[in-house]
Amino acid sequence: MRKPLKIHNYSKYASWSFTLDPLSGVMICFITFIGFLIHLYSVGYMAHDKSYARFFCYLNLFMGSMLLLVMGSSLPVMFVGWEGVGFCSYLLIGFYTDRQFDPETGMTCADAGRKAFLTNRIGDFFFMSGMLIAFANFGTLTFAGLEQAIHGGGASQGILLAIALLMFAGATAKSAQIPLYVWLPDAMAGPTPVSALIHAATMVTAGVYMVCRMYFLYAQVPAAQAIIALTGAATALFAATMGITATDIKKVLAYSTVSQLGYMFIGVGVGVPAAGLFHVFTHAFFKALLFLAAGSVIHALSGEQNIFNMGKLFRKIPLTAATFLVGVLAIAGLPGLSGFFSKDEILFRAYTTEIFAQAGAGWLALPVYLMALAAAGLTAFYMFRLFFLVFTGKNNVSAEAESHIHESPWTMTLPLVLLAVGAIFAGYLAPGFGHAGLWNEFLAPVFGGHEAAHASHTLEYALAAVSVGVALIGALFAWRMYATGTERAAAAAARSPGLHATLRNRYYVDEGYEALFLGPLRRSAEMIESFDRWFVDGAVNVVAFGNELAGVFLRFLQTGLVRDYGVIFALSATALLVWAMAGA
Amino acid sequence: MTLQNLILLATALFVIGLTGLLIRKTALGLFLAIEIMFNAANLLIVTFARMHQQTVGQAFVFIILAVAAAEAAVGISLTLAIMRRQGTLDIDEMKLLKW
Repeated sequence: MRKPLKIHNYSKYASWSFTLDPLSGVMICFITFIGFLIHLYSVGYMAHDKSYARFFCYLNLFMGSMLLLVMGSSLPVMFVGWEGVGFCSYLLIGFYTDRQFDPETGMTCADAGRKAFLTNRIGDFFFMSGMLIAFANFGTLTFAGLEQAIHGGGASQGILLAIALLMFAGATAKSAQIPLYVWLPDAMAGPTPVSALIHAATMVTAGVYMVCRMYFLYAQVPAAQAIIALTGAATALFAATMGITATDIKKVLAYSTVSQLGYMFIGVGVGVPAAGLFHVFTHAFFKALLFLAAGSVIHALSGEQNIFNMGKLFRKIPLTAATFLVGVLAIAGLPGLSGFFSKDEILFRAYTTEIFAQAGAGWLALPVYLMALAAAGLTAFYMFRLFFLVFTGKNNVSAEAESHIHESPWTMTLPLVLLAVGAIFAGYLAPGFGHAGLWNEFLAPVFGGHEAAHASHTLEYALAAVSVGVALIGALFAWRMYATGTERAAAAAARSPGLHATLRNRYYVDEGYEALFLGPLRRSAEMIESFDRWFVDGAVNVVAFGNELAGVFLRFLQTGLVRDYGVIFALSATALLVWAMAGA
Repeated sequence: MTLQNLILLATALFVIGLTGLLIRKTALGLFLAIEIMFNAANLLIVTFARMHQQTVGQAFVFIILAVAAAEAAVGISLTLAIMRRQGTLDIDEMKLLKW
């Protein structure tokens, strides 16, 4: 790493210093490029909003925090950015104050923002615990310092594993992995540009970035990497299953994001952080594209977000439809587009990895690969389902929306086109198929060069064919079910109502969390509150009441009537007399 | 009559005067009660003088009587001034002590 740029030395433990190396460089590159396109898009999208200025304030605060996160050369600076993006996410999700409900659950946008922030907070607790253990053991929190200390063999495997896992737990909250992904679908309550920027391209990738940045640590603990890869694969599959029954256009994309983030973690977990990061890069393009195109659709339909109320929009908003299709093809992994290269590299590496064997659980390798493959098939399926339901099939648009359908202004469509270009061509930076690729060469100073996988080229091509095949099957299945309408899908759902209901209700995870954690927490908070109200407040109130009571009696001494004072004189005089006579 | 009876009489007079002082509503009534208390005190002094076979007490009573008369005069003139100011002699009306 090049020498960091120090801004100010507050103490010898932490200072505002920044690093510009290939890793932070690529992050800055796509954060600012996609950020710019989303700013441009928001000019059009938020044009009629009364809080236009507030939106851009928050958006720019977010950009600043994100850049701080990726440029920090020590964990505390990164953590400042980490918290900052979480906070901005809260502000932006809860941006709309005039909307009463997030559909289905009765949540308001503010509730969704709070859920996001609190879930992230839980992750932050683990992150901080990891940081503290690292500091206690190594005495430093700068990345350079930690790298030196860990390579020098300063700590036991147990400590390294603890730090690695705790920090990854922090990343599961920020990057929406199991078990802390629950905030991301509800985060769709925010405006669409927010979903595109924060919950697709940048904030949610902060967890992946963190693991990449700390890769010198993770490389030492294969067990942690195995857990990361397993979590990623499980999340990828889990979220994909929920995506196939979602009805809100943005929620489908949200589950897709959770699923793709799983892929990124698989990449980092199996020992190729460059590949995981490459998927971050390509995903940023096509996911932002998909979200912005979805926003364009919502804009065209005057606010409709339920995909079952759309349909046959291809001819009416062709530019949006075409760019959306590019995004769908990219995410499904059509050969030649960026998504194919990044996803395939990860799948290939997952198949050929030795991480699981090193961690002592070699039997996990195949299930992880299969989960990832199944997720790829499901991804193709639900993305094409989304495409067909929105742009082809029967026209279910309400008459009112129908009359206002219009293509979006250039401020919204230009970013779509630019992102589509990126989604198509970004893949050519890629590693894979025998050559390191520009990407890996650029990142060599950080990750140490491209290790060829321990497998033949033929295997690589074969696996690529398998994954493309699976994706094609998914796409064809979606075509069969949804291209002409929803009857076949409705029939399929009717055949297995239990499964359909479970998927529709997101495996009841939110209800589970409510029952297991939130419910008891709320009840104990209520108990403490009533204790506070009864005893603590009560004690204070008793004292005040005592004062009042004293006043009621002492009032009689001060009537202002001369006669009363006369009585007091007489009584006092008598008392004194008696006292004097009784033998003072 | 025995001297104890006189002391009892004086005490009774004093108590009557005190009660009157506490009960009376008009200023003049208060002065009357005060006069009664004066007389009670005078009687007591004379009784004790007689007890100890001395005449100092009787002389003292003369002086007290004179002073009491003067004080009554002053008191009445004060009452007159108050009457002119307030229009009433009800002492319950004079409660500036309570703001």
